[in-house]
Amino acid sequence: MINELLFMNGYGTYVLSAFGFTLLSFSSLYFITKLQFAKEQNKFVAKFGSLDSEKANSAKSQRINKEILADATNN
Amino acid sequence: MFKLLEPNKIFQITSKAPRYVLFLFVVVLTVGLTEALILSPEDYKQSDAVRIMYVHVPSAWISLGIFSSITLLSISGFIFKNKNFFLIAKSLASSGFVFNIIALVTGAIWGKPTWGTWWAWDARITSMLILALFFALYLIAWRIYEKEEKVFKITTFITVIGIINVPIIKYSVDWWNTLHQPASINLLTKSSIHSSMLFPLLIMTAAFALFSLLIFLMKYNTELIKIKNKGLDRL
Repeated sequence: MINELLFMNGYGTYVLSAFGFTLLSFSSLYFITKLQFAKEQNKFVAKFGSLDSEKANSAKSQRINKEILADATNN
Repeated sequence: MFKLLEPNKIFQITSKAPRYVLFLFVVVLTVGLTEALILSPEDYKQSDAVRIMYVHVPSAWISLGIFSSITLLSISGFIFKNKNFFLIAKSLASSGFVFNIIALVTGAIWGKPTWGTWWAWDARITSMLILALFFALYLIAWRIYEKEEKVFKITTFITVIGIINVPIIKYSVDWWNTLHQPASINLLTKSSIHSSMLFPLLIMTAAFALFSLLIFLMKYNTELIKIKNKGLDRL
């Protein structure tokens, strides 16, 4: 049964390599994008940490900055 | 109306959405793969080689859809002087490019058992290759140019020229004699594909669309944080 599924009347190599290439492309794009996101997020957290209290308070007044920090701590 | 498209408001949604979209994508992809590889019937002429259609066709559709969206967003960004349109377009481009490459590679893999060749310089395949070059040019332009106004102008120019190629891709199989078969699915007239093959094809298209949405959200969030990083530098 499994052999039949993989053999696909002699077209198994073509079919599985097409699906394999697609899934490999998907996972590469996903992990590269995730890495880029984590890099920017870490850069933001580090920059935020180096601000003095006055600047940090001013930056924190923006909702989006709070969201980024909350998201970074959740991950 | 465009106030709704402000990054600050959008980030509240886009920062939480990827985990749900990822979950939905995995579920729909699992159903799609089961249908495409196991449950759907083989073709009377192409036998099991027809299963390549379930990754090839959705990839081609989505890459064309993304390029058209990028063009529309770039032109809108230019007309309404809204930076966010360019940001959305930029975030869509990488997944569009990857889908275009998948369509080309899986098409070559499909070509070998059905046409006896990996590649032919026929109108459909060549025009898809040209689309990949436009995607590449678009992405390279964002990397090369740093001044916002310049990159907005250049990327819009690339998409406006590139969009001419989209109807050529669509109608190439009707206008010229090509190795590539004509469209089996038509929204206006009756489709020539059987429902037992159409159903898995639509599920795989939904899965691929969810994947491009997932990548878009992650890229868009990255772009927003990049802007905020620049903002912290200015404090």
